[in-house]
Amino acid sequence: MTYLTKTAAVLFLFVTAACTSTSGGLFGGSGSDINGAGIGSIDETSLEYFDAAIGSTVLFAVNESSLSGNNIAILDAQAGWLNANQTVSVLIEGHADEQGTREYNIALGSRRASSVRDYLVSQGVADSRISIVSYGKERPIAVCSNASCWSQNRRAVTIVSGGMGV
Amino acid sequence: MMYIKDKKGQNMAALYRITGAALGLMLALVSFAAPISAQQPTLKIDVTGGVIEPVPFAIPTFIAENSASTAIANNITRVIAEDLLSTGLFREIPKAAHISGVSNFNAPVQFADWRAINSQALIVGAVNSSGGRLTVKFRLWDVFAQAPMGDGVQLSGSPENWRRISHKVADAVYSRLTGETGYFDSKIVFVSESGPKNDRRKRLAIMDYDGAGLAYLTNDENIVLAPRFSPNNRDILYTSYETGIPRVYLMNVDTLQRRVFANLPGMGFAPRFAPDGNKIVLSISERGNTDIYTVDLASGQRTRLTSGPSINTAPSFSPDGKQIVFESDRGGSQQLYIMSVNGGDAKRISFGNGRYATPVWSPRGDLVAFTKIVGGRFHIGVMRLDGTQERLLTASFIDEAPTWSPNGRVLMFFRVTSGANGAPQVYSVDITGRNMHQVPTPSFASDPAWSGLLK
Repeated sequence: MTYLTKTAAVLFLFVTAACTSTSGGLFGGSGSDINGAGIGSIDETSLEYFDAAIGSTVLFAVNESSLSGNNIAILDAQAGWLNANQTVSVLIEGHADEQGTREYNIALGSRRASSVRDYLVSQGVADSRISIVSYGKERPIAVCSNASCWSQNRRAVTIVSGGMGV
Repeated sequence: MMYIKDKKGQNMAALYRITGAALGLMLALVSFAAPISAQQPTLKIDVTGGVIEPVPFAIPTFIAENSASTAIANNITRVIAEDLLSTGLFREIPKAAHISGVSNFNAPVQFADWRAINSQALIVGAVNSSGGRLTVKFRLWDVFAQAPMGDGVQLSGSPENWRRISHKVADAVYSRLTGETGYFDSKIVFVSESGPKNDRRKRLAIMDYDGAGLAYLTNDENIVLAPRFSPNNRDILYTSYETGIPRVYLMNVDTLQRRVFANLPGMGFAPRFAPDGNKIVLSISERGNTDIYTVDLASGQRTRLTSGPSINTAPSFSPDGKQIVFESDRGGSQQLYIMSVNGGDAKRISFGNGRYATPVWSPRGDLVAFTKIVGGRFHIGVMRLDGTQERLLTASFIDEAPTWSPNGRVLMFFRVTSGANGAPQVYSVDITGRNMHQVPTPSFASDPAWSGLLK
């Protein structure tokens, strides 16, 4: 799926959810009108929009920190959003799968987070707005012990208005 | 299972009680001359290799010198036997098979009775617990030579330290029988884990080498990693995410007072003490690049030992403090290197297939223990300092992070099971590859670090 069709699909899901929800929907706190929800009511400066429509996560090959084509598209969208929303800062978390030793994986996660930061900076995002942290293999999101889970865990996640990093 | 789990002290308040008492421990060690004997002992156990037939020993329940000492005498006898059995080098002759009892510590040994049940070693002891003071004395006999092995020894301390006194007796017995120093009177600091794999909670814990006397050192609110003992066994270094990023902390395990190395840049992890206790070595990751530094504890002065874009981490000092073994991917994959404590050129020592990680210099100085990843499996192994004589001791989904026993004869490490419910436990294995067993912990456990022999 291309980035654009993915974004369109995600937006469609949100509109549907907002229309059918009785409790404010996914964007309940961001000014959307439940009854009259349309595509124009989505707050494109919201964190939810960033996570769902832009995409917070890029994935890496085994023992790699270089960015592949699909990752570039996501990071271009992140950079565009960050350049349009100059007041927010981000924390980039780097992660590794369980198939490595603890210390090495912290170092590898640091490389991955740094790789994302360097790309965002190259796209005009101020370095001072970006901090990084590595979790190594401490925080897997997929728990099985095979390639399908490991590929999801080898990731860097951009978190808007994140906590302290370096 | 040979180990006993001690329910006592499974909270932080209890730590004060236990270690507070340990601070006041007056462990008096008095030798008294061996009885006159015409014979020389000949019993000697080689722990270094070959197939070992466990040496049979007998340990009659230590004599209680007053009625108040009966229970503690039973416990002490049991722990000594468990220590010896845990090595895999010994086999206990059941007490039911004993022909002659021992009712007087100084009575002549009926060697024929012990020889008849093939007990090669005999441990005789007596216990006196009165007036808040525990005194234990013992003698070790070579049954077939009909000779004492060394002088009799008397130890005393406060009664709550009966386990430590037991471990010291067992260390003395082990030492006399093998010619090696013992390792029973020692501690393990490790990471206690609970909860699901995608929300694992971690906290630091400390326990005796056999899993007894567990106490927690931190709560489980923040990720904590890889604690390491100081040379005096009273401080630990560890990594915590409590400020949001990994940073290195120093904690006193008696007072639980701690401080962060606040002046270090970036993310800090993989710390260890230098053998003299005056500085630490660690990895610092800055802008995606991980290198090794030393920090002088008195001055806070930082010295960078490695540079370049490669990952340089998991440093460990040589016992003389002059060199550091570490892992680096500077050659394209994770391998082991040795460099001077001042940095500079590093010499690669691992050349086999696969990736090598977490090197730890043995306390004897002759070997490096490591984690090896090859063919999708993890191994704990040892090699000589020049990389020769590599031996893999274990294999599983994940076996990681060896730590040496004080005498350099045993390794602990952690093993993780695979799958959605995968979790770590601590294991022990002799460097001969024999005698692997799980070390009992109340929940999941990882990152063990073995103390030196306690004083």
